[in-house]
Amino acid sequence: MNGLKNINASLYRRRRFINYAVLASSILTTLFGLFWLVWLLVTLFSHGFKYLNLAVLTQPTPPPGEAGGLANAIVGSIMITCMGVAIGAPVGVLAGTFLSEYAARSRIAHVIRFVNDVLLSAPSIILGVFIYEIVVVPSGHFSGWAGSLALALIALPIIVRTTEDMLRLVPNTVREAACALGAPRWKVTVSVVYRAARAGIFTGILLAIARISGETAPLLFTALNNQFWSSSLNEPMANLPVVIFQFAMSPYEDWQHLAWAGALLITISVLVLNIIVRTFLRAGHKS
Amino acid sequence: MIRSGTKGRILDVIFSSATKICAISVFLIIVAIMVALFAGAWPALKKFGLSFIFSAEWNPVTEQFGALVAIYGTVVTSIIAMLIGVPVSFGIAIFITELCPSWLKQPIATAIELLAAIPSIIYGMWGLFVFAPFFADHIEPWISSTLGNLPIIGPLFSGPPLGIGVLTAGIILGIMVIPFMASVFRDLFEVVPPVLKESAYGIGATTWEVIKKIVLPYTKVGVVGAIMLGLGRALGETMAVTFVIGNADRLETSLLMPGNTISSSLANQFTEAVGEIYTSSLIALGLILFFLTFLVLALAKYLLIRLTLKEGVRT
Amino acid sequence: MADTKAKSDSKPNQTLLERGFASIKGSDADESSKRGPSSLPLKIQVKNLDFYYGKFHALHSISMDIPEKKVTAMIGPSGCGKSTLIRCFNRIYELYPKQYATGEILLDGRNILDPKEDLNLLRAQVGMVFQKPTPFPMSVYDNIAFGVRLYENLSKDEMDERVEWALKKSALWKEVKDKLKQIGTALSGGQQQRLCIARAIAVKPEVVLLDEPCSALDPISTAKVEELIDELADDYTIIIVTHNMQQAARVSDFTAFMYLGKLIEFDRTEKMFTNPTRKETEDYITGRFG
Repeated sequence: MNGLKNINASLYRRRRFINYAVLASSILTTLFGLFWLVWLLVTLFSHGFKYLNLAVLTQPTPPPGEAGGLANAIVGSIMITCMGVAIGAPVGVLAGTFLSEYAARSRIAHVIRFVNDVLLSAPSIILGVFIYEIVVVPSGHFSGWAGSLALALIALPIIVRTTEDMLRLVPNTVREAACALGAPRWKVTVSVVYRAARAGIFTGILLAIARISGETAPLLFTALNNQFWSSSLNEPMANLPVVIFQFAMSPYEDWQHLAWAGALLITISVLVLNIIVRTFLRAGHKS
Repeated sequence: MIRSGTKGRILDVIFSSATKICAISVFLIIVAIMVALFAGAWPALKKFGLSFIFSAEWNPVTEQFGALVAIYGTVVTSIIAMLIGVPVSFGIAIFITELCPSWLKQPIATAIELLAAIPSIIYGMWGLFVFAPFFADHIEPWISSTLGNLPIIGPLFSGPPLGIGVLTAGIILGIMVIPFMASVFRDLFEVVPPVLKESAYGIGATTWEVIKKIVLPYTKVGVVGAIMLGLGRALGETMAVTFVIGNADRLETSLLMPGNTISSSLANQFTEAVGEIYTSSLIALGLILFFLTFLVLALAKYLLIRLTLKEGVRT
Repeated sequence: MADTKAKSDSKPNQTLLERGFASIKGSDADESSKRGPSSLPLKIQVKNLDFYYGKFHALHSISMDIPEKKVTAMIGPSGCGKSTLIRCFNRIYELYPKQYATGEILLDGRNILDPKEDLNLLRAQVGMVFQKPTPFPMSVYDNIAFGVRLYENLSKDEMDERVEWALKKSALWKEVKDKLKQIGTALSGGQQQRLCIARAIAVKPEVVLLDEPCSALDPISTAKVEELIDELADDYTIIIVTHNMQQAARVSDFTAFMYLGKLIEFDRTEKMFTNPTRKETEDYITGRFG
């Protein structure tokens, strides 16, 4: 075979056969996996677009059998999400700064990193139960604030982690150079290191927004739902994920239709956020 | 002209303390979560003791609660999810890193990563409206007439084709973790130094041999860690499961029958629970779930630490 | 100068000693530079300095006197401690835990290793330029103004003037005067390094530490930086770490040879390269090891 006398032809054939078999099954599993995911997307988009109309964006949630939309839920979702990030982001960025800039290899940093991972992997519904116990029960009612706090707990560990990772990408020589000019440590961090890592930190925050804007479980026991307009975070507040859950599980068809429209809206906003993140990262790599 | 250094030093202390306080607050939050869960679960744990974990009785009317059904459902759906998710994700990762023509590589990888970002409620909804009816009409009758008649494992697969049930929930979970695990696997495979792979190809290894002898050993611990993370997600997932599991608090042999997981019990019953013991039992379920995911994470971390120790400290 | 480098590359066996050191600074020079370092006005005195990276003892009892407004070069093989030594002069090592120094470093007679020393003020007084260019992610102008703003309240005009002065001093003005608003990281490698030098001198330090400033640069940029060092020596005390011996010979008035964390020999550059006292120095300079 090809002039190579000592080659074992049957062994080689067997190796080649196994190789083809494995590669073929990898193609098959890919097709299998993609099949379900494509099916899911196709249903979501076809159903979603069918029931998406102006009323969905402008009318509040209706009682069963009447016309209406999701406007109050959309506004509520935006408010709860924004407050969640507004609470989680500063704490997360500062905590990430501590891990990267002040305590990189200390014991306390190891502990906090581990604990942060515990929080990151904690089931979101548990965070909902936690906020229910420490906010909803003492205050006596469900509220938008409780929802925001629950979402902040989900956003926090994501932001801590990305901030730390992004700050670590800033080469030490840049810190040394700023220190060597006589800049105090806080100044080095705020005006040089943050600036160098700004795209990355922002990306982390956007990722956190994308993640929490689709979260349902923790809102079930915190923000609950509200069939009417409510702009006060102090009251139970309508929000898209919980409305989708309740409407989809209901026996009323028009509610189910609204649930599809809402599902599409959430998916699109999450995808758009993720695409923005990608563009940011790519731009960051170039510069 | 030169400003005194004192102001800078005070700001330094303020800023570094602020970062430290925020970092420590992460720690305090976890402590608070454990304390709150434990305090909330205490009445139920006190009343039922250890039998809470082993009792399959879940009866709000008689106020008798046990976690076995929910724990069983949580573990079984997660196992089904892993049985589907791991091999498929693995195949996808191999396809993307080793087989895929380069023009298709980035689009597929990006698509998979975007799919990983889709909220789980969408998977749940799709499961309820599309997958469950399809499953009931086309797959389940076939399963119960073939697998259902086998000895030993037969009872697991017999029963009426309801569409919703433990098996359906496990499959939806599996589909949901595919994009997540596939992109983690792919990231792992991509960090294998090309030189290593090239030198293996250079002595005549086939693609599969390179994967088996170079890529997998190199990424082994990371792969196990990724599976653990996927398992953690599946255990704690609420929405993808709640829609399709059927919310039934009976222990059934058949996977085709409705059941419950810890998170779906919470989602369905928590706001409606009346009475201290009912609520407390639900929180106790939450506590168990928290420890389950914590254990899985700790295991994943332990493996990753061993990986870095073996590699030596990278500088 | 690029020429010299090329020559040495093509004839690796020909040593500096054999070529007669045509380019040694001060070999044709005035009497003042014929004297040893300790007889000139001193800027920095190092006394029994020991340095540790955790348990690793990196510098062993270093003592040396560095004269004012001269260029002092540190040479020696990789890992000999030359960079470690100059990182002691502004205590930049304190950014990292477990690195510490014992002994004394006197800057104008003040012991800067004293724990009470204000590090920020010390670093404003002792500037540093690093091996790789480290422009900050901001405009060229702001890169230079950054350090100045820390310690001085200047008006807009004064600041413009200072930025222009620093850029001119570092021979970069002509190239960047129309790009002051452009981000510093967009400049070429050689320009970035001169920007870093401009940034260091803009705060008007008394000592400038250069840690292998040319190792990441092409020959032409290297030549520019070397000219710049020559010029800066009129106003500043300059300490440069280099592992390019021709560079040490070209730019420095004094040269210190370090080996395995010890200071082997420190003398006028001309003497070091033509008639070193110690055998190790001669071996290193003639290329027998290192």
